[in-house]
Amino acid sequence: MGNLTSALLERLERDFDITDITERHERLTTFKVTRDHAETLIRELRDREKYTHLNFITCIDYIEDGVFSLVYMLQNYVTHTMLGVHVDIDRDKAEMTSIHTLWAQAWTYQRELREMYGINFPGSPRLHEDFMLEGWDDMPPMRRDFDTAAYSTEHFGHVDRESEEPRQYMKVQFYPNRGGDEE
Amino acid sequence: MTQLTGHSASLDFSQPEPVDMSSGKYVKLWQGPQHPGITGNMSLELTLDGDEIIECKTHVGYLHRAFEKLMEGRNYIQNFTVVCRIAVPEPAFNEYLYAEGLEQLSGIEAPERAQWIRTLNLEMMRLASFMMWIGGQSGAFGLYTVPNWTIAYRDYVLDLFEEMTGGRIYHMYMVPGGVRFDLPKDFDKRVKEVMDGAEKLLDQVERVMYNNVVFKARSKGLGIITPEMVDPYGIVGPNARASGIKRDLRKDEPYLVYDQLDFDIISGTGADAYERAYLRLQETRQCISLIRQCMDRMPRSGPLQAEMPNVLHWKIPPGETYVKAECTRGEYGYFMVTDGTEYIRRVFVRGPSYTHAIAVMEKLAVGTNIADIAGLMVSLHTYPPEIER
Amino acid sequence: MLKITGADDIPEQEDVLANDGLSEEDRKLFSNARPKKYEPYPIKAIEDFANWARANSLWILGFGTGCCSIELRPLMTSRFDISRFGVAGRPTPRQSSVFVIGGYVSVKTLKRIIRSYEQMQGPKFVVALGSCPANGGMYFDSYNTINRLDLYIPVDMYINGCMPRPEALLHGIMELQNDIKAGSCDGANRYVENFDWYKANQKKIIKNWNMPDYNW
Repeated sequence: MGNLTSALLERLERDFDITDITERHERLTTFKVTRDHAETLIRELRDREKYTHLNFITCIDYIEDGVFSLVYMLQNYVTHTMLGVHVDIDRDKAEMTSIHTLWAQAWTYQRELREMYGINFPGSPRLHEDFMLEGWDDMPPMRRDFDTAAYSTEHFGHVDRESEEPRQYMKVQFYPNRGGDEE
Repeated sequence: MTQLTGHSASLDFSQPEPVDMSSGKYVKLWQGPQHPGITGNMSLELTLDGDEIIECKTHVGYLHRAFEKLMEGRNYIQNFTVVCRIAVPEPAFNEYLYAEGLEQLSGIEAPERAQWIRTLNLEMMRLASFMMWIGGQSGAFGLYTVPNWTIAYRDYVLDLFEEMTGGRIYHMYMVPGGVRFDLPKDFDKRVKEVMDGAEKLLDQVERVMYNNVVFKARSKGLGIITPEMVDPYGIVGPNARASGIKRDLRKDEPYLVYDQLDFDIISGTGADAYERAYLRLQETRQCISLIRQCMDRMPRSGPLQAEMPNVLHWKIPPGETYVKAECTRGEYGYFMVTDGTEYIRRVFVRGPSYTHAIAVMEKLAVGTNIADIAGLMVSLHTYPPEIER
Repeated sequence: MLKITGADDIPEQEDVLANDGLSEEDRKLFSNARPKKYEPYPIKAIEDFANWARANSLWILGFGTGCCSIELRPLMTSRFDISRFGVAGRPTPRQSSVFVIGGYVSVKTLKRIIRSYEQMQGPKFVVALGSCPANGGMYFDSYNTINRLDLYIPVDMYINGCMPRPEALLHGIMELQNDIKAGSCDGANRYVENFDWYKANQKKIIKNWNMPDYNW
């Protein structure tokens, strides 16, 4: 971790109560921040610390903990380092502050997250328009509890053809003596 | 190096006011998803005042295959065959980043010769992709000779790929841990032949296309990206370099063996469609030089595969990483999260078109006319499958 | 070739289409007639001549629906040069006779494919590339790509591979020409005969059906 980044992280720890600081590789450090501090922190990183480029916004579904972990990846073109800002939000009441005023591309990511995870970003433009899907009436498909194979079989299943479950089929092929038991 | 400090307050990227369609002054026109250009399936909802575009909205999703969801249900080595299909013109970048990400997460390092071969593969991919792009750009402005040259010549590069990897378009070559097999015998001779031909062809393309009056008249002044726009809009790659911002991941954050190759970051000044096209031509030439350097400096022998666990039961400890590479359109990245099981927890693929085709396109299209839209779209080098994956 | 099962179970429809996806006002703007079957010329020699002519002037609709369509570009340009076979690209469905489905078909694209296919004027043929339209291919378990194209539109020729090489495409086009000359490419007629069955399949997966039942 470069001196510049560690000084910055110390300051952020003091000012914004960031936790779980982890160095992922020499250019990437991730940390966690609470939902209320997130927007101020990102704005500060952009305006003061030259983390001027937003690589992406995405989300990880930790269904076992009941949280969505939003990830904001920020890039500094002077020191060539990245910061991954994790924000945990409640899975049942998924809502997050919109940052569409900070970057022009941010609302596109937020639109995708609304469609794929059902996260609401109040005030983000064109949020409720269809983005990739059209007339989708099931659960948001990127959530962990959505079963894509079952959906596919139900909607696009073959009418007159038998098929094998590929994972089981491969196991039987690889371990025929043990009846497909790989252990 | 030009560096921007903070954000310019004068830039306003709020959404435009809704157009009053009931006034009868405006017409709505859908361009796409059935497309004349090489841009893939994406539609633009254009609102026109006469011939002039006053509002543009991008609609994507025609190519959504849910890669990120599918990869969560397949194990690491099964995913290796899936990732290259995310982007058709440049599958090698997907393969490389997926392999690199897994190597970082599991602490494996690819051997040196494998890294050189990977670099060679990526640069050949870049050459093939630029060849097709040149054809697309000139075709979009009505010059149909150049596509016939460059797309046909791209096929010779694909032949090299076929010899090297066994596949024309999808190679499935850069397996996690190294590369699948060695270069064929006398491969350098054939590479040299194709590169010599490519150089000649590019000279001809420059004469025919870049000096053409029609091409110049139509592309100059079209779709100007100012340096101030670059950071707020997240513009990367040649689109940013054409406006004078010297940023290239190959130089700034060297990966593979790029720190052992000699090249400079090319940048432009004008930032219109012509400047971007010219910059890409120069980068194509740079590619050829890099391929030659790879062939010359590559170690002649050495292992191609690192020591790997049994990939059928490969478990990777919990971790998280973001790896990126400079593809023809700019920063291409893979964000990967593992949780200690045989399956990946989350992959996010960051493609440069995500910003170029939506936020930037919607801004630049305003004020141009219908005939220039296809040219503008190709000039930003948009590629929808990496938006929707 | 697909065996159509259960087409008899669909009750006999009226002569006109309901167009119930459209609003009351829009319904006046669109025709509600059902598609008509193509009847060959009564004299066999004339029909054979017509088929020969059709086979040697194929116009491909320039709609690359998936990743296999990237191989159409080498095919059209000077190395493989498909124009040797009297084949050329066309930008609009009204002027084209061959619809090349380039690979996987997402649900959103399927709606556009149906629309483009119905707008094409007969005689029309469908060529499907790669494994995805045949059985789902790599995306067999994806929630957004269909597994079998011929449930939704009739397919005359499958060219396999992931993706098929330009040589395979050339061979496929030549086979299609042979079939047309023999008069056995009856995809469009199958579509008309089992129109209600196809429509039922299409409407089952396209959720927001806001276009006329038959677009032409």
